[in-house]
Amino acid sequence: MNPLKKHEFLEKHSIVLLIAIIVTVLIGGIIEIIPLFRQETVIESVEGMRPYTPLELAGYNIYVREGCYNCHSQQIRPLRDEVERYGHYSLAAESMYDHPFQWGSKRTGPDLARVGAKYSDEWHVAHLIRPRSVVPESIMPSYSFLRKNGAKLYDLDKHLKTLRLMGVPYTDEMIANAEKDALVQATGEAGGADIAGLQERYGERVNARDFDGQPEMVSEMDALVAYLQVLGTMVDFDTIKGIQLSKEEVAQ
Amino acid sequence: MSTTTVSNTQAHPEYNYDIVRMFVIATCFWGVVGMSGGVLIALQLAFPDLNFEPYFNFGRLRPLHTSAVIFAFGGNALFATSYYVVQRTCRVRLWGDKLPLFTFWGYQAFIVMAAVGYLLGVTQSKEYAEPEWYADLWLTVVWVAYLLVYMMTIIKRKEPHLYVANWFYLSFIITVAVLHLGNNVHIPVEWLGAKSYSVPAGVQSAMIQWWYGHNAVGFFLTAGFLGMMYYFIPKRAERPVYSYRLSIVHFWSLIFIYIWAGPHHLHYTALPDWTQTLGMTFSIILWMPSWGGMINGMMTLSGAWHKLRSDPVLRFMIIGVAFYGMSTFEGPLMAIRYVNSLSHYTDWTIGHVHSGALGWVGFITFGSLYYLVPRLWGQKEVYSLKLVNLHLWVATFGIVLYITAMWVSGIMQGLMWRTYDDMGFLTYSFVETVVEMHIFYVIRATGGLLYLSGALIMCYNFYRTIKGDVRAGEVDKDGNAREGRIAPRGMIAQPQPAE
Repeated sequence: MNPLKKHEFLEKHSIVLLIAIIVTVLIGGIIEIIPLFRQETVIESVEGMRPYTPLELAGYNIYVREGCYNCHSQQIRPLRDEVERYGHYSLAAESMYDHPFQWGSKRTGPDLARVGAKYSDEWHVAHLIRPRSVVPESIMPSYSFLRKNGAKLYDLDKHLKTLRLMGVPYTDEMIANAEKDALVQATGEAGGADIAGLQERYGERVNARDFDGQPEMVSEMDALVAYLQVLGTMVDFDTIKGIQLSKEEVAQ
Repeated sequence: MSTTTVSNTQAHPEYNYDIVRMFVIATCFWGVVGMSGGVLIALQLAFPDLNFEPYFNFGRLRPLHTSAVIFAFGGNALFATSYYVVQRTCRVRLWGDKLPLFTFWGYQAFIVMAAVGYLLGVTQSKEYAEPEWYADLWLTVVWVAYLLVYMMTIIKRKEPHLYVANWFYLSFIITVAVLHLGNNVHIPVEWLGAKSYSVPAGVQSAMIQWWYGHNAVGFFLTAGFLGMMYYFIPKRAERPVYSYRLSIVHFWSLIFIYIWAGPHHLHYTALPDWTQTLGMTFSIILWMPSWGGMINGMMTLSGAWHKLRSDPVLRFMIIGVAFYGMSTFEGPLMAIRYVNSLSHYTDWTIGHVHSGALGWVGFITFGSLYYLVPRLWGQKEVYSLKLVNLHLWVATFGIVLYITAMWVSGIMQGLMWRTYDDMGFLTYSFVETVVEMHIFYVIRATGGLLYLSGALIMCYNFYRTIKGDVRAGEVDKDGNAREGRIAPRGMIAQPQPAE
């Protein structure tokens, strides 16, 4: 039987054609996407990953708003030059609380997956205000307005609540203290804040200090720098066995 | 032949051409806006002082450019041609009169909503899916109306067989709906606020995003525009499609295979290896249906190759198909994991996208518009085929500058990142590679500016066509002298007597 004759049926029955198209295009997506939701096979369990603090989350949202992902990736590939330039290759667990991921697709500027703790706060602030004052060859735009804009802290509890709906393990206590924690983190012990509650909720290693050099206000600069300074620093790679880069992988 | 093509408006008064005209004008308008945006952000990369914080920084303008050219220019072109083709090939008027009008204004409203959002920093941060939840919901409503208009027109057709162009348009409309719904599962923080969070996170959100992202290319920028190819090339060349059998194989293999190719955007990432390998494998297989389609479009000219010599409109279409062939060869190549380790994160990707976007999507659209505009406004031919030819060469030269600059800068930067000195240390700091890009960014911006100039020439040509002018000394596509209301050279502003 000539298969072209059978195709004629589809050409004469548009609803059947429509259904055939839908079935055909669904197959690939289903096979590639559904298995990824069996998290235990996709995301390694590692020590140290925690949800963002409210201030860091505000920083993440500024990173998204300004479209930083258009020029900066956050995904270090297991290639020799990348591991040497940026650090340990990125783990799936490290972006498990990013709704959505910020892996990017283009490096007009360098990768930022492990930019945390590499530069001082002062460097970040100067660089964001006027990139060419610290890197003369840079082609990055200026973000000086971030230091003038107050960060929106009062509705952070709603953000935490929304993320908890999606499975981010924010506790009732974290949600109740969201605004306060953000304020405390941007002030720090040096500024006279009591950081015990913040540390209890987000761990001893949480960065709490005045990030932007303006102790009198919590600016968007505070939030963004707090976010940048935690990137790639949560997982303690010294305590992990079994996922270190093997010699063969380095050689590739 | 000439009697049927003289005035379709009169021959088939029942067709709804008003809606097609509106979408054609919107296509031209957004094309110029989107391409101007592209030139601006290209210049920002070469001269960073052209960033004006906060609203006109690169990070906010780049989504504006990509959305404007893909969804505003490309989308309106797809609406215009699909509404035209479905009426002509089904021999029936477009279903409903108010609903198509709603799809027009609804779609323009979506574009404005998205664009204003980008400038204000309202974005989901997923490439080509940046509009926030409220704009997504609105687009869903518009898209359902589009599907309804299209399907209902098909259902009440007078032609028993559904022509191949309609299969492609239909697969574009329905698959884009599936992708849009699948990739925009977001929950807003507040019902009165713009901000939302994606339900999937990390790896899963990356996979879903690139399942969407690659098939925005596959179904928006490929399947839809193949619908144009299957209708307008045979019409302009006055030849039937090369092979009916190949159309069937092309259609089903293309839509089945394309959907798997997304993971090639995520090579060497934290996405599981098996998914990456599947994506790579299907991307390579995809080369075959792509070239099958290219051959079907190209070979439609068999026995009519001489028409390319005299007809710049046909030339636009065929060069477009040639670029389609080139970028669908380059794509599978770049999807190979080892090649991707070099090309990913560099300008090579940008060059690849633009050989597809400027060469294929742009040229097949321009060709189709040059065919459509005179017919929609009751003319035999556009104001000037010589200007069409000028547009063709200005645009082609622009593309060549653009993609060669991006190849060189992309491969150069990729190689510099992985260069070691004798001691085994990295030779170049990141910013040293940025310095080397400058001259290529200038060349790229020049190429983009040429391409934009071509589009402006087209808009002028359409303006005169719609006014009913014919440029002095023009011949038609078959080389015959043109009659009609001749506008003398150099006397453009002269008032014309009413006909």
